[in-house]
Amino acid sequence: MTALLTGLLACYLLGGLLPLCTTRPHLQNLFAHGCAAAAGVVGIVLGVAGLLSTTPLALSLASNIPHLTFAIRLDPLAAFFVLTISLVGLAASIYASGYVDEFSGRVSVGLLGSLLNGFLLSMTLVVLADNGFFFLILWEVMSLLSYALVVTEHEKPGVREAGLFYLIMTHVGTAFIILTFLIFFQDTGSFSFEAFRHPDQQLPEGLRSIAFFTALIGFGAKTGIVPLHVWLPYAHPAAPSHISALMSGVMIKTAIYGLIRVYFDFMGGEFPWWWGFTLLVAGTVSALLGVMYALMEHDLKSLLACHSVENIGIILLGMGAGMIFHTYGLHELAALGLLAGLYHTINHAAFKALLFLGAGALQFATHTRHIEEYGGLLRRMPWTGAFFLIGAVSIAALPPTNGFVSEWLVFQSLFLSFQLPSLFLKLMLPIAAAMLALTGALALACVAKAFGMSFLAQPRSAHARHATEVPRSMLVGMGFLAGLCTVLGLAPMLVVPLLDRVTAPLTGVAISSQVLALDGWVVAPVTVEFSSISTPVLAMVLVGAGALGLLMARLCGKGLRARYYKTWGCGLNLTPRMEYTATGFAQPIKQVFEAIYQPTVKLEQEFLEQSKYFIKHQRFESHIEPVFEKYLYRPVVTLLLATADRLRIIQAGSLHLYLTYIFVTLVLLLLWAG
Amino acid sequence: MQVIIHMVLVVVQLALLLTLSPFVVGLVRKVKARLQCRRGASLFQPYADLAKLFRKQPVISSTTSWIFTGAPYIVFASTVAAGLLMPVFVSHTPLNFAGNIIALVYLLALGTFFLILAGLDAGSAFGGMGSSREAIVATLAEPAMMLSILSIALTAGSTNLSTIVHQSALMEGVIVAPPAHLMALAALFIVTLAETGRVPVDNPATHLELTMIHEAMLLEYSGRYLALMEWAAGIKLLVFLTLIVNVFAPWGIATSLAPPAIAVGLLVYFLKVAALAIVIGVIESMFAKLRLFRVPEMLGAAFILSLLALVFFYTLKG
Repeated sequence: MTALLTGLLACYLLGGLLPLCTTRPHLQNLFAHGCAAAAGVVGIVLGVAGLLSTTPLALSLASNIPHLTFAIRLDPLAAFFVLTISLVGLAASIYASGYVDEFSGRVSVGLLGSLLNGFLLSMTLVVLADNGFFFLILWEVMSLLSYALVVTEHEKPGVREAGLFYLIMTHVGTAFIILTFLIFFQDTGSFSFEAFRHPDQQLPEGLRSIAFFTALIGFGAKTGIVPLHVWLPYAHPAAPSHISALMSGVMIKTAIYGLIRVYFDFMGGEFPWWWGFTLLVAGTVSALLGVMYALMEHDLKSLLACHSVENIGIILLGMGAGMIFHTYGLHELAALGLLAGLYHTINHAAFKALLFLGAGALQFATHTRHIEEYGGLLRRMPWTGAFFLIGAVSIAALPPTNGFVSEWLVFQSLFLSFQLPSLFLKLMLPIAAAMLALTGALALACVAKAFGMSFLAQPRSAHARHATEVPRSMLVGMGFLAGLCTVLGLAPMLVVPLLDRVTAPLTGVAISSQVLALDGWVVAPVTVEFSSISTPVLAMVLVGAGALGLLMARLCGKGLRARYYKTWGCGLNLTPRMEYTATGFAQPIKQVFEAIYQPTVKLEQEFLEQSKYFIKHQRFESHIEPVFEKYLYRPVVTLLLATADRLRIIQAGSLHLYLTYIFVTLVLLLLWAG
Repeated sequence: MQVIIHMVLVVVQLALLLTLSPFVVGLVRKVKARLQCRRGASLFQPYADLAKLFRKQPVISSTTSWIFTGAPYIVFASTVAAGLLMPVFVSHTPLNFAGNIIALVYLLALGTFFLILAGLDAGSAFGGMGSSREAIVATLAEPAMMLSILSIALTAGSTNLSTIVHQSALMEGVIVAPPAHLMALAALFIVTLAETGRVPVDNPATHLELTMIHEAMLLEYSGRYLALMEWAAGIKLLVFLTLIVNVFAPWGIATSLAPPAIAVGLLVYFLKVAALAIVIGVIESMFAKLRLFRVPEMLGAAFILSLLALVFFYTLKG
């Protein structure tokens, strides 16, 4: 495994350096994406090997800086995330080899490719790091590289602002993660994860709770827990699409990794019930608000970014339920909740990356991201459309896809709450399940909108009319992820045992044999009597029933050929302007959930002079209130600016004054130290 | 031997779903007609409609993609698959292991998803309108449905439909329904009206652009495609009716595979479904269609009812 690990690092490093050594874009493209793809393959093997091996691989390199060791540890949890990163990384790098043509002449392909390799490397190392100091350095590198990638097209309006927003939010998060580690450091006197895991004495309850919250805020800012999610819909769309796929698919998952590492690994002993409950509430709110804001987005990539908030919410629901069960000693159910969350993690990585790559393909073909300018693309881009549909069905959690399996497992862990002793929690978990049902239904509406408006009916703009299918390399990247979604959905018997190896050390029980019944054909949480599903059988039943319908249609309508004719347009010729728009499609939902959206409508009308019944000119504007930005972030920013303004008094610009400040500070520090 | 019996059971259940569903549609229509002092079409008219549609040449909009022609098969398949997961006249369903109640709900959602896409594909404003409305109705019905089912599932200690029905069929004394069950029943009934496109949510008998939801999505369909869509709608109605009668009134359902039990089970099932179909017909005649933006209130009420069912379940159980 050491050889694999070395190979992985070597591939990424070569991929980072080689493209910078040549000036020919063709070679740069080959080096960068070839190395990244090779590293992806090695990473997949390494991840699976890490999951299957019984002893974690640990390597360490001492350094001169106190408390910093370059320690790496490949335990099952890390291996699972290495696997996820590598799978998506492989698809994204294959896709990128065709996609970067979009940027040729504007952006250096070599630099973009080099940064891609660095980004993938930093993510992989983040989950492998076994030292708090080292972890923070890597975390910072990952954040900075992703920032650099977000602002790839910095000349476009809005991109720099989005980048800055991201940079600030991620650093706020990092600050809280540093706090968390400092709390552990205070206790153990070391930054090594091994010491965090086995502290000499337990932290006092109050400090543990503070660490819980600092970790939640710190990692929450990266992963996009509401209300820390506001940067996602800006930053993810601004990046090139294969980077968006990586950011949304896997980078935000490194924060999920962090949360699991801190809660289950470092503090795994006991936690009060309200920790899990806090996660449950955060998950429910994130899931619901994420999908609700997604419904109102008409920029395809912003829409997908909002969906990430939703799916992170679903992952947190699984984790939260797991933590609650853990508190009450129901270890099997705790393992189930965590397993459901992890299953959704890899599923979301697969289908969200697929959808982002699909959105990139649409942008490649039409040079716009606005859904209202798409339409009729399924006939022009059949493969992209088919892959996008697979992603859409998966994200809507429809059977028999992978999204369904993991969401179903989350449902089960919420339903099994009747085993809890507390009446309050017995009621709260099913309510969370009902909210998850609402989330699922809204997600269905949202992807139906996204797919329907983009791919169906007639093209709504010249861009869409002239679109053609994207190059083969991009299709291969998407096809790989579509295949991954299918495998994850139809073969839970392959996935669950691997996930079980991750959850077993964290919760103390292995549940693989209980979750998989009937030789693995059936997924059943804990007992088959309580509930079970079998996606392969469901798929077979669906195919069978569809075949039956086809057979009947064939038998009855022998020799009948369909006639093609234009759609009835009430006597007029059908134009794309008659089609329902994405805005119109989402309008009823906007109206029903008015309280959340707080929509504002501006209508300007100009009438003919002769009569006010004839409108000469009309202008309609509708906006939804960005509630969190307005009421939570705006005041903070205003306060900060005002404070900075006040503090300008001491900034006179005189060198002598500054020297005095330094002197006074030094004296004070010496006094304090003495 | 066991395998053969199971195969036979699946085939019988499939045949029953396919043959009984047009009758249920006809029965509801007949009841409505009689309440409007009309004689109404024959109870078997829907069969004739389907047969006719299957033999007619379909006209397909030239702006559509394969989604339009593929959707009827997917909608049909997903509805039939949902129907095969639940017990009908025998409490034991062979395919029970393949999916529990959540799988059933999500299979129906799969059909809804493709129905919505099909409505958008032809590019007319009507289809889009129907899809948009279907999206909001389906969205709001789902949480109420999930919670009401959960309160039943808790009583039986399972979310597998066969187990739920089998448990309640064995408990003969369930006739005195606890308040939790009554509330869950009310919630599920409202959801049924919404999900199957009945008055007061939708009107299956109209093609008026201001009111239609389901019909608007099917507007461009003809021939065998329309037949499959209509049939699927009928099966969906039957699935919901079966769900209600078997979960809330499992009396008489066969709990073993003995021939007399099965005969009784079939007969009782038929009577119960017919009775519930008549109730739906009566309700459709008694109420006016709600404005679209009043529907959320109704479904909100269903959600509250199902929530109360859950609260009662936990508090009254002691």
